[in-house]
Amino acid sequence: MTVPHSYRILVIGGSAGSMPVLSALMEAWPVPFHIPVVLVIHRLKNVKSELGVLLSDHIQITEPEDKEQLLPGHIYLAPQNYHLLIEADGTISLDYSELINFSRPSIDLSFESAATAFGSAVIGILLSGANKDGAEGLCRIAAAGGTAIVQDPATAAFNTMPQAALDQCADIQSMTPDQMIRYLRNISTANKR
Amino acid sequence: MVEEISNADFTDLVKIIQQRYGYDFTDYASASLKRRFSRFTGYTGIDNIFDLKHRLLNETDFFREMIRYITVNVTEMFRDPSFYKVLREQVIPRLASYPSIKIWHAGCATGEEVYSMAILLQEAGLLDRCRIYATDLNEANLEKAESGIIALKDMKDYTQNYMQSGGIHDFSNYYTARYDNAIIHPSLLRNVIFFQHNLVTDQVFNEFQLICCRNVFIYFNRTLQERVVKLFYESLTSLGYLALGIKESLLYNEERIKFEPVNLANKIFRRKV
Repeated sequence: MTVPHSYRILVIGGSAGSMPVLSALMEAWPVPFHIPVVLVIHRLKNVKSELGVLLSDHIQITEPEDKEQLLPGHIYLAPQNYHLLIEADGTISLDYSELINFSRPSIDLSFESAATAFGSAVIGILLSGANKDGAEGLCRIAAAGGTAIVQDPATAAFNTMPQAALDQCADIQSMTPDQMIRYLRNISTANKR
Repeated sequence: MVEEISNADFTDLVKIIQQRYGYDFTDYASASLKRRFSRFTGYTGIDNIFDLKHRLLNETDFFREMIRYITVNVTEMFRDPSFYKVLREQVIPRLASYPSIKIWHAGCATGEEVYSMAILLQEAGLLDRCRIYATDLNEANLEKAESGIIALKDMKDYTQNYMQSGGIHDFSNYYTARYDNAIIHPSLLRNVIFFQHNLVTDQVFNEFQLICCRNVFIYFNRTLQERVVKLFYESLTSLGYLALGIKESLLYNEERIKFEPVNLANKIFRRKV
């Protein structure tokens, strides 16, 4: 069991059907939250999107620029049309390379880079979605000793994504949105310095 | 495929490439480069790091293939239409005041943004007064860029981008469709010179009124970004323009004080006098 207060990053991935869950998480978000948070959500490209504003009217969610430093208490939303990678020095690198699983941003890439950068100090959460992006990456987080969580497929509007992760490897916890909220509150308390 | 490359192996690979071939990837952003090394092992069917090092050390052709594969060549015509709109409305009219205009596309990949620039200049009646220097690290990219060939299936997106950028002409006038390809009219490329240039190791080679280097910095770490902005500063005329990718920033760069923003949302800057 990893020591909760050592977490350096929380990455949440979602696709089709993840918006209501994300909104519920944001609504109940524990403030202050002492870990940097990165949201990687599949969206259309070249359509101006106010997703950050839509998700929450009281928590600030920003789209990072390249090489921005991850800061505790901040919530970053992967920009449309770029992959978002976590560097070992705690900065964000954006990447305009090929689509992965038909997606850019790809959840797999963000998960994998977080696992490579921070090992066991990573929490990955994979929400509802209709493709398999994120499954491979979540397994990488688990393999590196991090905490890997999926939305309970029974509660997901599209269960393909969380189910793919559960099918692919062990060591993944399944949680309902309510359980996630409780879990995040515990983490937040445990990570206080 | 080698799924995960350790830090030590990663450092070794970068060193081998530098010492054997003179390409310096030391200050590339490591998360992305590591991944591309790993993808390359998948592509070539290599399943251990020793084989990768061995072949790199001993096979020049293998290295050439690697360079083609690990550099990111994804680009679009009129990528980020809002950027091209500002270029069209605010920057190009200013360039018109110079008797001869020199533009550098640094890291032009397969040339789609160079074609876009040529179209803007043509529409502004400036193309004959311009010389566009389009450079990239990857020779295969430059060959493709010079050919003017684009997959026809991409043209629908590009036409839309063009219109969103404020283009009012019939976009299909700029290319000839043949089977699955579109070929950019060679006359648009009459004042474009494509050649190899490595931003990491090569120097200033001319003086420009506009430098476009979009979505190249994202593959560099802050140290290298710093050095390349210096190179750009020295390559710009006084009040010359620098355009970066819309998610790239001068914020973490010491050199930023030598530039003033022209349009921050679209990352267009200007060298101070």
